[in-house]
Amino acid sequence: MSLNIWRYASPQTFYRLAGNLMPWFFALAAVLTAGGLYIGFFVAPTDFQQGESYRIIFVHVPSAWMSMFIYVVMAFWCAVGMVLNTRLSFMMALALAPTGAMFTFVALWTGALWGKPTWGTWWVWDARLTSELILLFLYIGFLSLHAAIDDVRRADRAAGLLAVVGVINVPIIYFSVQWWNTLHQGASVNLTRAPSMAATMLVGMLIMSLAAWMYAIGASLFRVRSIILERESDADWVRERTEAA
Amino acid sequence: MSWGSPAAFFAMGGYATYVWGSYAVAAACIVTELWLLRRRHRTLARALGRRSGDRGPGNASRHP
Repeated sequence: MSLNIWRYASPQTFYRLAGNLMPWFFALAAVLTAGGLYIGFFVAPTDFQQGESYRIIFVHVPSAWMSMFIYVVMAFWCAVGMVLNTRLSFMMALALAPTGAMFTFVALWTGALWGKPTWGTWWVWDARLTSELILLFLYIGFLSLHAAIDDVRRADRAAGLLAVVGVINVPIIYFSVQWWNTLHQGASVNLTRAPSMAATMLVGMLIMSLAAWMYAIGASLFRVRSIILERESDADWVRERTEAA
Repeated sequence: MSWGSPAAFFAMGGYATYVWGSYAVAAACIVTELWLLRRRHRTLARALGRRSGDRGPGNASRHP
């Protein structure tokens, strides 16, 4: 017996799978958020330079990571859709975009609120901040372009192309702090060397990142279910489902 | 990390506006997104349910 993963490329099968998985991801997100916030506010020590203002890190860094990660996943699904012509791939991409845009906005907002007490300014046009703002515009552009084209298949392809081309911005955001002289600090967490922060701060930040990740999966599964229903509303299985309900 | 008193916790060492402003907006964004997701799905389910309810025997041939 072999597990046929292609079966899940069918919107009908995936609709049910997404519905079954969604509550688990939201539950995990809630538990991880509670644990992460507890560590962030009650275990992690005060920063000797920044005082308590650094506690913004537990929402800022996870949001910023998710804003970039979701974009890459979204562009990946667009590329898969364009190459394999799978309907569900484009639906996944469309389901991820609003959540990605939300995290990008949160990263920018919390960054501004962190910048004011530590740098003395809400905003500077440095490479990191500017490229993150461009990421927000890419998400908005993707959604607007998709909404502007009536034919769904053409909308998928046009917006998909924008998403795939725009992925170039993600490494620019990530490496901006190395490539340019930015006001934004360099990475505190890196795969090649020990993190430059207290262990409890790091643990809190990683747990909050996991929570954000689980939330993003839950929210996009929720949204993809609506998108599937909208697009497949004339399919037999949707008719049967709604008639049975 | 011991805060001593709830007041000290909420004061966040003088950074209350920045710290709570960050978390409040993040929480508001997530709650709004969840609310929109739920509303979209419910509206859709209701519309699809109504459509199938309206469909009498005579209309069945509309969708071959």
